[in-house]
Amino acid sequence: MDVVIWSRLQFAMTAAYHWLFVPLTLGLALVMAVMETLYVVKKDDFWRKTAQFWMKVFAINFAVGIATGIILEFEFGTNWSNYSWFVGDMFGAPLAIEGILAFFMEATFFAVMFFGWDKVSKRFHLASTWLTGIGATISAYWILVANGWMQNPVGTTFNPDTVRSEMASALAFWEVISNPVAVSKFFHSVTSGWVTGGVFVVAVSGWYLLKGRETQFAKKSMLIGAIVGLVGSAAVMLSGDSSGVHAAEFQPMKLAAAEGLENGGRRAPFSIVPGVKIPGMLSILATHDLDGFVPGINDILNGYTDNDGNVIPSVAEKMEKGRKALDALAVYRELRESDPDSAAVARAILDENVQYMGYGHLEKPEDVVPPVGVVFWSFRFMIGLGMLMALMLLLALWFVWKDKLENKRWFFIAALCCIPLVYICGQCGWIVAEVGRQPWTIQGLLPVNVAISSLSAGAVKTTFFLFLAIFALFLFIEIRIMLGAIRKGPQITED
Amino acid sequence: MTYTFLQNYWWVLVSLLGGLLVALMFVQGANLHLGNKKLDKDQKRLLLNATGRKWELTFTTLVTFGGAFFASFPLFYSTSFGGAYWVWVLLLVTFVFQAVSYEFQHKKGNLLGAKGFRIALMVNGFLAPFLVGTAVGTFFTGSDFTVDKAAIADPSSPVISVWGSGWHGLEALAQPHAVLLGLSLVGLTFLLGALYVLQYVDNGGIRKRMHESINRFSIPFVIVFVAWLVLLILRNGYAVDADGTVVVQQYKYLDNLLQMPAVLAMLVVGVGLIIWGLVQGAQIESHRGFWPAAGGTVFVVMAVFFLAGFNNTAYYPSTADLQSSLTIRNSSSSYFTLQVMSWVSLLIPFVVAYIAYAWHAMDRKKISMDEIEGPGNKY
Repeated sequence: MDVVIWSRLQFAMTAAYHWLFVPLTLGLALVMAVMETLYVVKKDDFWRKTAQFWMKVFAINFAVGIATGIILEFEFGTNWSNYSWFVGDMFGAPLAIEGILAFFMEATFFAVMFFGWDKVSKRFHLASTWLTGIGATISAYWILVANGWMQNPVGTTFNPDTVRSEMASALAFWEVISNPVAVSKFFHSVTSGWVTGGVFVVAVSGWYLLKGRETQFAKKSMLIGAIVGLVGSAAVMLSGDSSGVHAAEFQPMKLAAAEGLENGGRRAPFSIVPGVKIPGMLSILATHDLDGFVPGINDILNGYTDNDGNVIPSVAEKMEKGRKALDALAVYRELRESDPDSAAVARAILDENVQYMGYGHLEKPEDVVPPVGVVFWSFRFMIGLGMLMALMLLLALWFVWKDKLENKRWFFIAALCCIPLVYICGQCGWIVAEVGRQPWTIQGLLPVNVAISSLSAGAVKTTFFLFLAIFALFLFIEIRIMLGAIRKGPQITED
Repeated sequence: MTYTFLQNYWWVLVSLLGGLLVALMFVQGANLHLGNKKLDKDQKRLLLNATGRKWELTFTTLVTFGGAFFASFPLFYSTSFGGAYWVWVLLLVTFVFQAVSYEFQHKKGNLLGAKGFRIALMVNGFLAPFLVGTAVGTFFTGSDFTVDKAAIADPSSPVISVWGSGWHGLEALAQPHAVLLGLSLVGLTFLLGALYVLQYVDNGGIRKRMHESINRFSIPFVIVFVAWLVLLILRNGYAVDADGTVVVQQYKYLDNLLQMPAVLAMLVVGVGLIIWGLVQGAQIESHRGFWPAAGGTVFVVMAVFFLAGFNNTAYYPSTADLQSSLTIRNSSSSYFTLQVMSWVSLLIPFVVAYIAYAWHAMDRKKISMDEIEGPGNKY
């Protein structure tokens, strides 16, 4: 395997691993903030102890989340050097703002939250708990602004003098931060974290009930977990709908791959599993119009006319234009000082074809097709498991609300089974989002094979296995410690 | 705001973040004291908890320092991170272990045992300042890389920044001048750690050991740092002509010091504050040496960055191709990006204010053995 594959594997592994910890951080942050608010409002010490227990679990999870976040930041530079230069003008800004606005908030108030129970006032402590969660959420927003821009690169233009995408104006930054793809990704990701947190709290509470321990703590935790999880589920569905519309608009190949749609058309069917289809459903989901045209893989490869009447060229044509752009860029850079007139001609050719420049690096049209099977099945697992989680949370709420948790052994076991499933669900979501947009690091502009660093495959292979060993070790330890903390329990004396 | 002003402003901010990062590496320095055999098990745990509520601040500053460099000088980020691969990966691995070591160290089922994680903290305590210092040392010694932006138009070899050495950054260890800065940083953070513990830990046994360390290591640290400084002002530097051409110039950094008296003043004041802090720390009854020394550290690091980048100097020189050297002008983000980020940077005082408030609230009472033995959360 070459350096591109190893670099992709390493980044994918780090991102997937990071996403094991982030959703629980986002979800538990909300759960424990609600619990501590109840403590402050009701002045009931039970809620303080309950919040403190979930904080302990949060802290175990938080450390590994932080540790893996920094690896991602560094890997942009270490493994994706060309990418870092090409997008640094746009991508670096959200990352720096994330650091200044969000990371410091998280770090500062986490310390107050975790160690400050007897050092600061009740209200300052409560504010710290909320600010820890708000910091994590703001952090998610800025990194998803950067990710959203990679999926839909708005607000920038290519500058041949610096050879990078640059912010077109100060106002263009608004375009970048209000990018519809970023906004729906933010809501989708953060609220999926609430689902993860909700499922986790419900399942762990169910385990206590299964063991006949900590009954009051478990029931009240389950209630809050179920509410947080269900609010998250509803928001995930809504933001998922807009994600689908955006994919159709900005990344039609991703949608076609997710649907395994070879040939598109109007009244396109939605495939539940291969062979089971709902006629017209895909057109409704993707365009909110039964007669909306949804292009299939072959349509995108061969060219088509979209719903606004725009003629979208075939990939072969885009590649030709892309190569013209690359050739013109080389000529422009060579002649810009010695022969300004010829350079101006080259510049005009470049400007005319620049939107397809990334295609110039592809070897064949089929390179734009992501691994369909992976994306197709990940999409189905994501939706199916997401619905299963919503059902479990609904049942939990119903049982707690109606006080029907007695003898619900089957439900407690089912809830425990949902812990791995909710993680698989989240991972599948990111596989759809990221594998579905291959081969692009930046949609249409920079394919992965051009985004890399000048490293040997052996060097990246070595670090891949180094990180794999570290990640496996940390995950193993984290699970053991977390299970130990859960087994020990909140140790609340019950009446 | 002109483009030049914004570029300079962001060099100042990156320098400030670099200074804060080194000052906050007192966490790493304090963790090196975990290897002090005269400290007993409980005292080591107290030490661990003293830095345990601050490590995230250092970690976050590192992340923000990296992010700010990426945002404001992306060509440095892409060239150095992609090129000096092993240095950055090594640094990363030590920080990753550090991040989990606090939480995992005294938990049952942690597999590596308390000692394993303590060793990880000490490895980070040495390597983090050493690698950061050595990497910054290459701002003056140069590195083996080329930058060719036209390469991206060549599908067969599209990478813009190419590192020449197969050691990918580790070759800096063969540059004595760069290594001296790395060792200086190890010494400085070690001493800052001792000063922090003196100021915020209430335990006679630990305080005694910290005084001993300060008395023993202050002079060697000053000698190593002064040696680095003397070599710096004697060495050739990398100057940038009016047309952007990079040339080697004799005594460039001495010239920079003399031509930028404010930077000279910062350096002198910074070194003075560090020495004052150390003198405070050396006195058995004193416990107020940390802040002067930390403030002095920020001044010194900023002065070092200013010497590297201002006064028409290439801050990341290439020994393979002089004209590939990175300067504040040729490696920065665009005007609009710097402008937007500059507006955002106005929030920094607000961020500093809430960190200061939280710090004060948490450290109002010194950490003591009673707290470690009490019912609250601890590492």
